[in-house]
Amino acid sequence: MPDVPSVQTMPNNPQLNANGELQHLLSIEGLPREILTQILDTAEPFAGVTEREVKKVPLMRGKSVFNLFFEASTRTRTTFEIAAKRLSADVINLNVAVSSQTKGESLLDTVANLSAMQADVFVVRHGSSGAPYLIARHVKPHEHVINAGDGRHAHPTQGLLDLYTIRHYKKDFTRLTVAIVGDVLHSRVARSLIHGLTTLGVPEVRVIGPQTLLPAGVESLGVRVFHDMRAGLKGCDVVVMLRLQNERMNGALLPSAQEFFKHYGLTADKLALAKPDAIVMHPGPMNRGVEIDSPVADGPHSVILPQVTFGIAVRMAVMSIVAGN
Amino acid sequence: MKLLIKGGRVVDPASGRDEVGDVFISDGKISGKKEKADQTIDAKGLVVAPGLIDLSARLREPGYEYKATLESEMDAAVAGGVTSLACPPDTDPPLDEPGLVDMLRRRAKALARARVYPIGALTVKLAGERLTEMAELAEAGCVAFSQANAPLADTQVLWRAMQYAGTFGFPVWLRAEDRWLAQGGVAHDGEVATRLGLQGIPSFAETIALGTVLQLVRATGTRVHFCRLSTAIGVEMIRAAKKEGLPVSCDVGIHHVHLSEMDLGYYDSHCRLEPPLRSQRDREALAAGLADGTIDCAVSDHTPVDEDQKQMPFAEAEPGATGLELLLPLVLKWGAQKKLPLAKALARVTSDAARVLGVPSGRIETGAPADLVVFDPQQLFRVTPEALKSQGKNTPFLGYELAGRVRTTIVAGSVVYEQA
Amino acid sequence: MSKLPDADALLPKLAAELKARVTPATAMIGLYTGGAWLAERLHPLLGLKDPLGLMDIAFYRDDYAKEGLKHDPKRTKIPFEVEGRDLLLVDDVLYTGRTVRAAMNELFDYGRPRSIALVVLADRGGRQLPIAAQHVGAQVEVPAGKRLRLKRAANGKLSLELEDAGRAERADNAE
Repeated sequence: MPDVPSVQTMPNNPQLNANGELQHLLSIEGLPREILTQILDTAEPFAGVTEREVKKVPLMRGKSVFNLFFEASTRTRTTFEIAAKRLSADVINLNVAVSSQTKGESLLDTVANLSAMQADVFVVRHGSSGAPYLIARHVKPHEHVINAGDGRHAHPTQGLLDLYTIRHYKKDFTRLTVAIVGDVLHSRVARSLIHGLTTLGVPEVRVIGPQTLLPAGVESLGVRVFHDMRAGLKGCDVVVMLRLQNERMNGALLPSAQEFFKHYGLTADKLALAKPDAIVMHPGPMNRGVEIDSPVADGPHSVILPQVTFGIAVRMAVMSIVAGN
Repeated sequence: MKLLIKGGRVVDPASGRDEVGDVFISDGKISGKKEKADQTIDAKGLVVAPGLIDLSARLREPGYEYKATLESEMDAAVAGGVTSLACPPDTDPPLDEPGLVDMLRRRAKALARARVYPIGALTVKLAGERLTEMAELAEAGCVAFSQANAPLADTQVLWRAMQYAGTFGFPVWLRAEDRWLAQGGVAHDGEVATRLGLQGIPSFAETIALGTVLQLVRATGTRVHFCRLSTAIGVEMIRAAKKEGLPVSCDVGIHHVHLSEMDLGYYDSHCRLEPPLRSQRDREALAAGLADGTIDCAVSDHTPVDEDQKQMPFAEAEPGATGLELLLPLVLKWGAQKKLPLAKALARVTSDAARVLGVPSGRIETGAPADLVVFDPQQLFRVTPEALKSQGKNTPFLGYELAGRVRTTIVAGSVVYEQA
Repeated sequence: MSKLPDADALLPKLAAELKARVTPATAMIGLYTGGAWLAERLHPLLGLKDPLGLMDIAFYRDDYAKEGLKHDPKRTKIPFEVEGRDLLLVDDVLYTGRTVRAAMNELFDYGRPRSIALVVLADRGGRQLPIAAQHVGAQVEVPAGKRLRLKRAANGKLSLELEDAGRAERADNAE
């Protein structure tokens, strides 16, 4: 009886080409440390560009970036658009959420139609986990897919800009304790960040939240689970607050925003348990008074605004790396 | 018509017989007499076994003819050595009216390939509210009653349905799944679903429902067949129920014996199945439970889905896999892994399945219906869309080489399939 | 094949030439990596009032479509206003001229200099664009299939070396 291999006859990481270079950015999970570091290192000089008066470089002149957002999002789409334009690329925005999907056109048909329009990069945001993988399997060799968020699976550019922010303020990943607080269950941002932190050698990654907001087997991602926020924040160098969506109250996951804030909201007195030079991060948009209070959000520990600026540099780095491979 | 199958390795799981010999067929039945044959089939070097009995295969008629037709799926069945199959009631409209059942049986009979045993709907439109006319449906040909994959959350209705079926001695076939715990879930609630960001169905969605139904079996005495077990704890619960003497049986989808959540890989929607592929531990318990007989039989759960419905993000893809033509090689593979004698492995898709279905085929003995399969257990074939006769090309095993190829399939003493 | 000149030995000559043209408006920018090393040696010898600028041309190269993004681009830091300045652009090897073309394009995104003078340690000929250096340490002949590179030892000593022109290595002084 021949030994039939497991269905996983996918020897290649779909993100890497035959030379081991990044051709699509779909998820931080599965990317080797060297590629993550390459992206962060490349984002550095792009951050320099964003600080100049002429914020544009001619690198991707003649290339087209198509923003394919099946899930509406002005913030993320805008930062990708700014990043692409600063690379001198042409940008087309498609809010597919509204147009062809409602006409019943399949995901792959939409992509095929756009391929015919000579795209170089597809930036894709979709409500279903795994959608960018499906797209990446079907694009032409010179087309590149960047995942701008798929379901609750991954948001790799957000994870990367969070890593960049941490590196900017804390330098050495291998000495840090990082806590991620809130709705980890539904958070693609949390998953991406966890994979990035563990790959880059952060010795202690913590998740803090009520049982209802932590996914099954979350420890298998390499994190320590805390239900008590005060215990979880002790000695932290970095505190990342996740957004809590209103729907969670309706889904029998939480009773109220008030109770959540009392036990899992970040206030100055809870933050005092972390290291004195701890930084506070948030992927945005913030729900003030739900996961974080204003004095902390606007206070000296908060690096929430720099995160946004770094986000443009990181996205410029990602686009120019994949589109060149 | 007198048929002779000459010189094959005759394997009859019901009697345990496994020896080289001849099989004589006369008037559609297995004959005890050595008579001159009109046609001889040379089975030297091949296995001669009872035709496979598949307790779950969707033929997609009525209602889903764009996915597959009775013709194509019956061709697939006999190409896979399946001589009898039971089809679930989730057609469109569901099999809740005697007229639909009758039409299906006639159509199948006219095609003269495998025998088709329709499973009737337990509730009208499978909606879980009103009982169907089970006696009428049984007269039209239904051998059992089921909800297929539709939930029946109202325990009051479930209880009454079981009582009613039990009145007439009809078995009830149920897939144990708590509707609320399973709602919105597309994968096993565990590490893989967490990594892939997919909504999970916890194991206890199955075991809670199992517990409920087992209690109702105790209360009603109605015979229940549990479809598509998927959890290790579920296997233990069935084992205990059988030990207790409850009138229960169960089956497992053959895919769940070989695959686990690990096989989802990068969102392979061919692995989107109902119930979901669970952990390695669950898979091992299912394979072991099938070996020790706690699980009575393996089924293909054949579900043709067109590629468009599979080439979608995982959670949006239609669940199901094609399986009629892969049931035999996959059962052989499982048997070899468990180091079972061939007769024991084949029992799970022949004599044991016949017992659950309540039909006389599934055995090679004088007077039994001449439903047989002649196959080469060593012959390899590559699973490609072209190689499959089913219109459903959706299988996690695409590209694989499997061993176990059917040469000839005989139903009621007539050759209905010969490998080209 | 002629012997390669001693890099350190060329510095005094270059420094003397440059010192002669320094004005209050003069500032220096070195191109990573070899040009930056060279500029770090020349800058202190010229008494310039502004600190040294360092530039990476990765985002202005003309070969992105073919080669993609060079690995490890560094951050351009120009700690003075470019507007109206007499700039000394320093690179190690002048070959096709494409690097200098990219550097000038980048410079003009910072402002409008009054003038730019090109300072190179070695000119190996082979220009593909109408670019010329105003100050050259030495003319160097490079055999076919070879690449001329500036190397810096641990003790800071600079030296010119030949190596095989392979695709595997994208020299900072690439054409």
